[in-house]
Amino acid sequence: MSGHEVSRRTFIQVSGGAGAGLVLGISLAGCRGPAIVTGSLDQEVLNAWIRIGTDESVTFLISESEMGQGIHTALSMLLAEELEVDWSRIRTEHSLTDRTLYGRQSTGGSTSIRTNHERLRIAGAAAREMLIAAAAARWGVQASECRADDGQVVHTASGRSLSYGSLAEEAALLPAPDDPPLKDPAVYRLVGRRMPRLDSPEKIDGSAVFGLDMSVPGMLTALVARPPAFGGSVGNFDASAALAVPGVRQVVEIPTGIVVAADGFWAARQGRDALTVEWDSGEFGDASDSSIRELCQKLADKGAVVTDKGDVAKAAAGAKTRIDAEYDAPFLAHATMEPMNCVAHVRADGCDIWTGTQAQTSAQDIAADITGLPLEQVRVHTLMLGGGFGRRSRNDFVAEAVHASKALGAPVKIVYTREDDMRAGSFRPVAYNRFSGAVDESGNPVAWEHRIVSPSIIRSIGGQLQNGVDPTSTENAGDLGYAIPNIHVTYADPELPVSVHFWRSVSNSQNIYLTECFLDELAAAGGRDPLELRLSLLGAHPRRARALRLAAEKAGWSERRADGRALGCAVAECFGSVVAQVAEVELVNGEVRVPRVVCAIDCGTIVNPDTIEAQVESGIVYGLSAALYGQISIENGGAVEGNFDRYPILRMRDMPEVETHIIAEGDPVGGIGEVGLPCIAPAVCNALFAITGEPIRRLPIGDRFKT
Amino acid sequence: MPEYSLTVNGSHRRVDVPADTPLLWVLRDELELTGTKYGCGSGQCGSCTVLLDGSVTLACVLPIENVGDRAVQTIEGLSDDRSHPVQRAWLEVDVPQCGWCQPGQIMTAAALLAQHPDPTDEQIDEWMSPVLCRCGTYNRCRKAIHVAAQEGGR
Repeated sequence: MSGHEVSRRTFIQVSGGAGAGLVLGISLAGCRGPAIVTGSLDQEVLNAWIRIGTDESVTFLISESEMGQGIHTALSMLLAEELEVDWSRIRTEHSLTDRTLYGRQSTGGSTSIRTNHERLRIAGAAAREMLIAAAAARWGVQASECRADDGQVVHTASGRSLSYGSLAEEAALLPAPDDPPLKDPAVYRLVGRRMPRLDSPEKIDGSAVFGLDMSVPGMLTALVARPPAFGGSVGNFDASAALAVPGVRQVVEIPTGIVVAADGFWAARQGRDALTVEWDSGEFGDASDSSIRELCQKLADKGAVVTDKGDVAKAAAGAKTRIDAEYDAPFLAHATMEPMNCVAHVRADGCDIWTGTQAQTSAQDIAADITGLPLEQVRVHTLMLGGGFGRRSRNDFVAEAVHASKALGAPVKIVYTREDDMRAGSFRPVAYNRFSGAVDESGNPVAWEHRIVSPSIIRSIGGQLQNGVDPTSTENAGDLGYAIPNIHVTYADPELPVSVHFWRSVSNSQNIYLTECFLDELAAAGGRDPLELRLSLLGAHPRRARALRLAAEKAGWSERRADGRALGCAVAECFGSVVAQVAEVELVNGEVRVPRVVCAIDCGTIVNPDTIEAQVESGIVYGLSAALYGQISIENGGAVEGNFDRYPILRMRDMPEVETHIIAEGDPVGGIGEVGLPCIAPAVCNALFAITGEPIRRLPIGDRFKT
Repeated sequence: MPEYSLTVNGSHRRVDVPADTPLLWVLRDELELTGTKYGCGSGQCGSCTVLLDGSVTLACVLPIENVGDRAVQTIEGLSDDRSHPVQRAWLEVDVPQCGWCQPGQIMTAAALLAQHPDPTDEQIDEWMSPVLCRCGTYNRCRKAIHVAAQEGGR
């Protein structure tokens, strides 16, 4: 996906009131916002990325959500690099939601750096040029005789200097340059270096404010009783026992269930427990994992064509060896450590929303729709996100909070318990897959058929499939990248009522597992080394081959391992980056251990290498938890697992050593937040296949090896 | 409702709540100490870890009536200025990602170092494994604990 091209570099300038200093933003291509916006910093609406105070403070207003991926730090590096300010003076805030300035605010798809890399450099450079121009005017010299240096403008000839803070008010009155000169990357001071996260200090002393930490005067805390089955609804309910719980204030029905609002969490929870509800379980009320799988099996031969190259049937008929396999990937919950929550305050004259969302613009749309208020009267305040991974772009929690506040006439904080959070849907879709592959006498794959049946995310969020295909379900499955002459891939949507959503790396999370594991099956059938086979098929993708070679070399691919221990590899290209991983796996008394993972990542251009390493580890932990244990089961139409006892995630004692090698040879900047994830499941499964000779055709791995 | 008096981060506090209210919600909703986090509500994730007389305690499953006269220490009370050796090490290694679990990680690490000033990796595994992190900061937590130990910090 390409970023927003800044084809029309129109700046939006916010000149502040007395003492306010410089506030500068840049509008998106094609936006027709006003060129000059005046306002005071005392106002709460600030349309900008950069704020320089007369007290020398430097605040960056970031329109992307900070959910742990380090984006506030990385984007600040781009701004500060061009602005020429000392790192220690920088603070960041989440900006308010404003589509005229920032476009659609949505943090996902590993796009933040790709979208902002150029436009924030331009914004930083424009502010710098305005500060230089202000100093030059005060001195009566040419701007070209001055330079910016560490928060000061210096007149080179005389050595005179003025601080940014002392120039900010004058600079704010100057026209913003359309095309400011950008620094040569060769002289970067910050970008490409290991910079400390700007949000770490507030995250180690308890002062960071996350959505769940938000409180406003008069606020009620509410839990929602939701139908246990997907597609279910409220039949009858009796609120009298709930209302008798001390601290419970009101009980109201909203479209998704019954809201129990109280003075605090504990009373709300006790109140909800006391509620008596008869649910209408709907048409899905008898559904189970087995009924879903049966439905998917029936649809496997009825899918729409994703890829059709050559003649799979003919190639398979003439091949030496043929393998047929069914592969399954389960529903998965995001299980962010901070459960979903949202504070909303609906009034006649406006609506305020405080939450950790990944999709501010959609939150604003949802609230405007529910309240009937104009968009400009809906203010979305982004707080820190205790994990996102795609879940916080769904905004079902925002809709509930707005409905509840509207119904109750008070500010309301909706809180999901862990069980609510885990059973509320927005799952990574389940995927049933039927493979058929064949290899020739030399062990080269000659036929590849893959029939995917998996609920559509696009349908679940109200969109339309394209010729029967949901592209978010078929990433990297349709176009394998391997030189296999005959490929046939289909997709069918079982149209389940279970809500499904973007889960870190989206369908790469299952498709890379499926395809990279089935490729190892073909390698084994043809007597080929999995690494050597991949390299032989990656002629059209030299970056993938390079990353794979590097990971394999660093992992010691050719060295023999002891019995019960093996390496597995996988490679993928997604979100504009290339990643290869080699996992070292041992099987001890039926227990799967992963002591070491080597990762090579090619993200083209480096902003903060420390963040890249952290995100690779993060993706590996997330993907390994899923591969080893992750599964949401369906019984009676609803999700079974509700907490970490039934939905375990990796613990410290199980954390592999992770070795990350970054490749950056000047290719366009790629995404980072999701790229570390897709290869870990197939790398681990392929190692287990090497140890046991049995392919892992169903996730999670679970305790299948235990006796 | 019964009234309870507590010592939290060295201050005496009084709260008027039902006896079964977990300490976590007393801290968060009554005392506005939101640094201690809710993650699971059933003692499985460690996000709510606080220290009671210096011992690791899961605040989400401890009813207020069972706190007694033990001193409660939360992340807000670990230091006034991020100067506790564990906090300094956490900054040096730049551990946090989303940050939600970090108060629980840090309080557990502080208790570990108080008991074992130079912990082995096995001791770190034993003490830290109850505290879940979804972002994958485990290796940096471990590194930071070793850094704090080297700097002689309790």
